[in-house]
Amino acid sequence: MSGEEHIRVVDLTMAYGDFVIQRDLNFTIERGDVFIIMGGSGCGKSTLLKHLIGLKSPRKGEIWFDGIDFWKAPPQEREALKRRFGVLFQSGALWSSMTLQENVALPLGEYTDLSEREVNEIASLKLALVGLAGFEQFYPAEISGGMRKRASLARAIALDPEVLFFDEPSAGLDPISSRRLDELILEIRDSLGATIVVVTHELASIFTIGNNSVFLDNESRTIIAQGDPKMLRDNAENIKVRAFLNRGEP
Amino acid sequence: MKPNNRENQLNASHPKEQPPWKLALSLLGDTTLQVELSGNWRMRDRLPPADEVRRRLEKPAQINRVIFKSERISAWDSGLINFLRNVTRLCNDRNIEVDDSGLPEGARRLLKLAFAVPEQATGRHVEPPSVLRYVGQVALDLIRGAPAMIRFVGEVTLSVGRLLRGKAQYRRSDLALTIQETGPQALPIVSLISFLVGLILAYMGAVQLAQFGAQIYIADLVGIGMAREIGALMTGIILAGRTGAAFAAQLGTMQVNEEIDAYRTLGISPVDFLVLPRMLALILMAPLLTLYASLVGMVAGMLVAVLAFNVDLNEYYQQTLSALTMQHFLVGLSKGAVYGILIAVAGCLRGMQCGRSASAVGEATTSAVVTAIVFIVVSASLMTVMYQKLGI
Repeated sequence: MSGEEHIRVVDLTMAYGDFVIQRDLNFTIERGDVFIIMGGSGCGKSTLLKHLIGLKSPRKGEIWFDGIDFWKAPPQEREALKRRFGVLFQSGALWSSMTLQENVALPLGEYTDLSEREVNEIASLKLALVGLAGFEQFYPAEISGGMRKRASLARAIALDPEVLFFDEPSAGLDPISSRRLDELILEIRDSLGATIVVVTHELASIFTIGNNSVFLDNESRTIIAQGDPKMLRDNAENIKVRAFLNRGEP
Repeated sequence: MKPNNRENQLNASHPKEQPPWKLALSLLGDTTLQVELSGNWRMRDRLPPADEVRRRLEKPAQINRVIFKSERISAWDSGLINFLRNVTRLCNDRNIEVDDSGLPEGARRLLKLAFAVPEQATGRHVEPPSVLRYVGQVALDLIRGAPAMIRFVGEVTLSVGRLLRGKAQYRRSDLALTIQETGPQALPIVSLISFLVGLILAYMGAVQLAQFGAQIYIADLVGIGMAREIGALMTGIILAGRTGAAFAAQLGTMQVNEEIDAYRTLGISPVDFLVLPRMLALILMAPLLTLYASLVGMVAGMLVAVLAFNVDLNEYYQQTLSALTMQHFLVGLSKGAVYGILIAVAGCLRGMQCGRSASAVGEATTSAVVTAIVFIVVSASLMTVMYQKLGI
């Protein structure tokens, strides 16, 4: 989107044991992109996300962030890179024994030298940004699924990350909450200038927020299309991609 | 409007190290306060609180508008937004108009977002810890918990009734699996603990008895001790930590995943389907493990007597046979059965009462073990007194 490369994936092969999930993945994400990773169920979208956020190491290939080869970087540099990411997990993954305020405050307390007052104020600000002002002292089990997603987003943006990863952000949300979350994602991208990477198969979200994408195929086990999702919907050469994006039969 | 000469530059308060930010407050005319921000306004820059702005707003000047000037901000992040949010709140509390047009575009959008949803009056605030409140809360929780326990025991009793009438809904394969997990799989740990406890019991007794040349009575001490009390007690404590905790964690996790609700919606009683097989398995296995533990403890005692205190093996065996009666074993087995019931009740009760979070599962498990051990120790004392009074 900005023309400036932010994340580059080179010849990435992902596997569980002997089972290859996806092979020879190559794509570039530009700074400020809302990049969609899409594909049918079980094609390896979430696995790709886990590779991008450093939870799984590639079988083969490279993942570059700002010119740093993530898996070849020394562990300390890798940890420092991870602090520039924010991740919204599919189920929210809020720490259940902590209040929402404590969930958001934890990364601030661990990785900044802010005073306790500042940590609490900024945690409260992040919760306000996602529309949860007043819910600081609630535990995750006491709020709805949509609120948990938003609280998780507040935690993901706690350290003003440069890259935000979302795993199925709309999963389990009603259409209105889902649309609001999409708007929030775009607002955060525009105001914080973050790069956004989203794993989803929700078509409405894909077309609303995405400006670039890859389509993972679970038969050929590689990328079969990449580009602006709206362009792919109308012009993709691969019939499977067009069918997916138009809710049709291949 | 021109800034007047009452400019106040806050960074002068850091004489040693020049901070990367600069905050200047100035009055434009009589009613407008200009907040000028320059330099770096990032979380890492030790930013100022909004106190100086508050003090200026509290001065008798009739300020009814606050504007911002930020052309000279070089870098900012949430630290700036936090400062601006605090200033905006101060103004909102005093009905002072905030004009954010002088702020960077991104900051304006974030500030708008922060106030887009008004703060909900949830009534939830951090309250200062108070011992009195804590004690009161614990007492209330105990009182509230009692009916739940009675209800659970009632439900289990009804479920046993259905079982006896052949109407309980449960899977025999679940019962077999639970028996396998509860009994045979516990043998290694029961063997180890009982052997060591038997060994300790024999050694402690033998040191005293040897002073009178009465080492042969190690057989009576270990035999009766293991058969009546220690075998059952050690088995009970092992099962509380191993099986009771597992029951609470399994049922607690099922509660979190709404699996128990799924049984209810199908019209299947979770007590029949989940609690009953676990209780049956423990009631069947606890006496058997108790018997096994007693025998292992006796073998350990025999080894101590024979190897360390020169007691003849055959003599020891005969002495054990003469000391022990079936009554001793029945007392031990009855205790084992009671402990089994108590551990199953504690584990299943805490699991079924579990909240809907990962931490609740941990609390349920801890509570199950503590409850089971308390139940075991209290019932052990009561039964020992009772059997003594009855002359059993």
